[in-house]
Amino acid sequence: MAAIDQSKIRNFCIIAHIDHGKSTLADRIIEQTGLLTSREMQAQVLDNMDLERERGITIKAQAVRTVYRAKDGEEYILNLIDTPGHVDFNYEVSRSLAACDGAVLVVDAAQGIEAQTLANVYLALDHNLDVFPVINKIDLPSAQPERVIEEIEDVIGIEAHDAPLISAKNGIGIDEVLEQIVRKVPAPKGDPGNPLKALIFDSVYDSYKGVIVFCRIMEGCVRKGAMIRMMATGAREEVVEVGYFGAGQFIPCEELSAGMVGYITASIKNLKDTQVGDTVTDDARPCDQPLPGYKKAQSMVFCGVYPADGAKYPDLRDALEKLKLNDASLNYEPETSVALGFGFRCGFLGLLHLEIIQERLEREYNLDLVTTAPSVIYKIHKTNGEVLDLTNPTNMPDLSEIEYMEEPVVSAEIMVTSEFIGPIMELCQERRGKYLGMEYIEGVRALLKYELPLNEIIYDFFDALKSRSRGYASFDYDLKGYEQSRLVKLDILINREEVDALSFIVHADSAYERGRKMCEKLKDEIPRHLFEIPIQAAIGGKVIARETVKAMRKDVLAKCYGGDISRKKKLLEKQKEGKKRMRQIGNVEVPQKAFMSVLKLDDKK
Amino acid sequence: MKKPLELYLHIPFCQRKCNYCDFLSFPAPMPQQERYLSALLREVEARAAACRDYEVVSLFLGGGTPSVVSPLWIGRLMDAVRGSYICADGMEATIEVNPGTVDLSKLTAYRLAGLNRVSIGMQSASDEELARLGRIHTWGQFLEAYQAARDAGFANVNVDVMSALPGQTPSSYDRTLQSLLSLDPVPEHISAYSLIVEDGTPFAALRDAGRLPLPDEDQEREMYYHTREALEAAGYRRYEISNYARPGYACRHNCGYWVRTPYLGFGLGAASLFEEARFSNTRDFSAYCENPLDCRVDIHPLSRKERMEEFLFLGLRLTDGVMDDRFREEFGKGLMQVYGPVIDRNGKDGLLCWEAGRLRLTDRGVDVSNYVSAQFLLD
Repeated sequence: MAAIDQSKIRNFCIIAHIDHGKSTLADRIIEQTGLLTSREMQAQVLDNMDLERERGITIKAQAVRTVYRAKDGEEYILNLIDTPGHVDFNYEVSRSLAACDGAVLVVDAAQGIEAQTLANVYLALDHNLDVFPVINKIDLPSAQPERVIEEIEDVIGIEAHDAPLISAKNGIGIDEVLEQIVRKVPAPKGDPGNPLKALIFDSVYDSYKGVIVFCRIMEGCVRKGAMIRMMATGAREEVVEVGYFGAGQFIPCEELSAGMVGYITASIKNLKDTQVGDTVTDDARPCDQPLPGYKKAQSMVFCGVYPADGAKYPDLRDALEKLKLNDASLNYEPETSVALGFGFRCGFLGLLHLEIIQERLEREYNLDLVTTAPSVIYKIHKTNGEVLDLTNPTNMPDLSEIEYMEEPVVSAEIMVTSEFIGPIMELCQERRGKYLGMEYIEGVRALLKYELPLNEIIYDFFDALKSRSRGYASFDYDLKGYEQSRLVKLDILINREEVDALSFIVHADSAYERGRKMCEKLKDEIPRHLFEIPIQAAIGGKVIARETVKAMRKDVLAKCYGGDISRKKKLLEKQKEGKKRMRQIGNVEVPQKAFMSVLKLDDKK
Repeated sequence: MKKPLELYLHIPFCQRKCNYCDFLSFPAPMPQQERYLSALLREVEARAAACRDYEVVSLFLGGGTPSVVSPLWIGRLMDAVRGSYICADGMEATIEVNPGTVDLSKLTAYRLAGLNRVSIGMQSASDEELARLGRIHTWGQFLEAYQAARDAGFANVNVDVMSALPGQTPSSYDRTLQSLLSLDPVPEHISAYSLIVEDGTPFAALRDAGRLPLPDEDQEREMYYHTREALEAAGYRRYEISNYARPGYACRHNCGYWVRTPYLGFGLGAASLFEEARFSNTRDFSAYCENPLDCRVDIHPLSRKERMEEFLFLGLRLTDGVMDDRFREEFGKGLMQVYGPVIDRNGKDGLLCWEAGRLRLTDRGVDVSNYVSAQFLLD
């Protein structure tokens, strides 16, 4: 293969608020660049995980290389790096951006700028990317492209008057997007003759090829047989294959050189040797400085993850290890619970991330899981001067040893149309939000700024936000820091036995309310037993709420007709089977789902 | 000596389906009935060859409402049974009837055909409750049917009564029981069932729509306890979870199911336990009528483990419970050897007790008998 002219390469990504049509545009670009026939097109080519397709969101950064013959008659190689749109995945957006030179900003012609539009644009500008806007969904009756263009210029301050007006869904205006990519995204720089310097922006595990490293070559080149070194981990490997990304497949090639995006496989045995964000260099002729990498993922939400069947613990460990490989933002360490046995305390970027990991574990690895209430990291200042980072409420020291506690606080921006300002402010108030200010955008929309304790938004804040704004509010947040707070540990007692997996930390003022709701919820989830079961919420031994699961009055089949006992037998078998899915707490059998149901304590329906 | 055998003949027809009924029954025009009954007759006759080593100790004509078909057919079926099978002396022979479908001449015909027990679906003494159940009759019509049965010479009569009906209160139920006990003479046998709302019935649809005012669990149990109190005071004994009889009148057919006496079910969807296998006839009407001799489905030979399980979860429905000696005789092991921990645990919980070599449910155990029985399923 002849050396590729760097000036004919464009490395770019598409950024957008969720649902503004990023994935659809990506599909059209792949389609129109002719790399695939229409027949080969699946609805969303880039989203190759089942889960992504069902949820309609893109979870993992992925890449695809296409060839485009531009109107100037030249062929260009377009490397499209996909990015996730949700706030939880800022970190992943960040690592995708680091591999790009420009970004296409997709804005919905009907909805205009949303909270994540802003967040993503700022992130792209931070990475010194050239950003140009595209107005999507112009086919919608409610589309107002002129208003949106104005909004982009006013609010973001980037030029938008020549933004392509497109409908990705109907394939309108895609040519113009491609032309602008060629014109507006700068060609990569970097000298193929320099020592190798490549940024790892993702990696996946493939059962045939082993670890596959996705990288952007900044300097130098890499080919099969070369000895490479991972600069952070120090691991040395021999390259087995290099190549680029076809749609949904890996296409091997001779070499990857400066400016290109592609993959490397090597005889990488240990998953831990390849860290996303690390720099790959030539072992014999290393570069002098590693790349700066990028903002490291920070786990903000923690919860215990346990196999429903204790014997599956090793399977869970293997599954987490594999997921961790292409999701560097996932953290985990082993822990033990009296109620749930052996499991892991996992750290996530946010609640959505938690849910997605949980679903992937269940679907892709066939695991049945029990998760505990999510928690954040609290800082506990002990009387002896020690400071403790607390991720598991169970480990909270005795109150007498605590001088004071701090909790993480985020700065949140909520974009909302003016009619919902009232309800949203009320919601933020309930969640102990500190009002920072409000900016009007285009008269009918406002950007509300709040400071919110993180533990108030990790449960169901997003759901509440959506339901109180009929789905219109959008939300973004950034960790701001720690603040002192009056926090207490709320314990749940089932039949007078404390259940460690149900303990959580809550602000003293909401303790009663939360305790009461937990008890109510558990009362509904725990089946009747032969005896009465008190369910109590307590703080430091003092009971603040109580519910009772009444004793089983009746469990009898009145009639058994005409000698047909099959139904009775089935009923009994079902009962026996149900028992197996219970967790024994003292002499009470608690269904697995009771542990999860307490995560969703919706207040206003 | 011949082994005991019970026969069940299913008549799947009724005048109108009740709102709670999920049995295999439906209204059907005369030609369809004729076609079915001919097939049934063929089946009864043909199966006799396999029953040479058995003597029939009880016979039950159930439904549906067997009394909707012509009494001539009842006669033919009875003749077939008595002509082709070895019938024990004093064989119990029951027919189920519904008020509004029988009169003295029909009942007399049943007597002459050899039936000696009649089971009447009364369900309630309140016309309002009857209407809500979708029954075709009134309390007055029940009285007529009951009187006709006595006049026809039936000396063994069962009456079905239901509790936990929508809109029923403990006091309205009490009135039903008092009306029942004021019959003269009183019935020899009373089946007293709590209503179960089965999926797929009109009641289930109403319940799901929140429009079926069912009594709560406490009221249901109150009615259940009250049934027992009232009937025991009137000289009945509760010999099974939902069945009461005056001394010597426990239903042999019903008891047979719980002690696993072999039985053959004839007719649409009828279930059998024969030569240690369970099976049923097809539930497909046309298939049955065309080929009543080759329509068995779900043939399931019982393993030793399953027989043990059945011994317990069926036997425990009887007030007297299960006999350790009989278990030992059949399986070569005592109950405690197989089920020691379960029996001990439930004994401690006050749900099971031993009495004269029998293991039985306590009163509290009866309330939660499914919970107890499920524990006797072996891994």
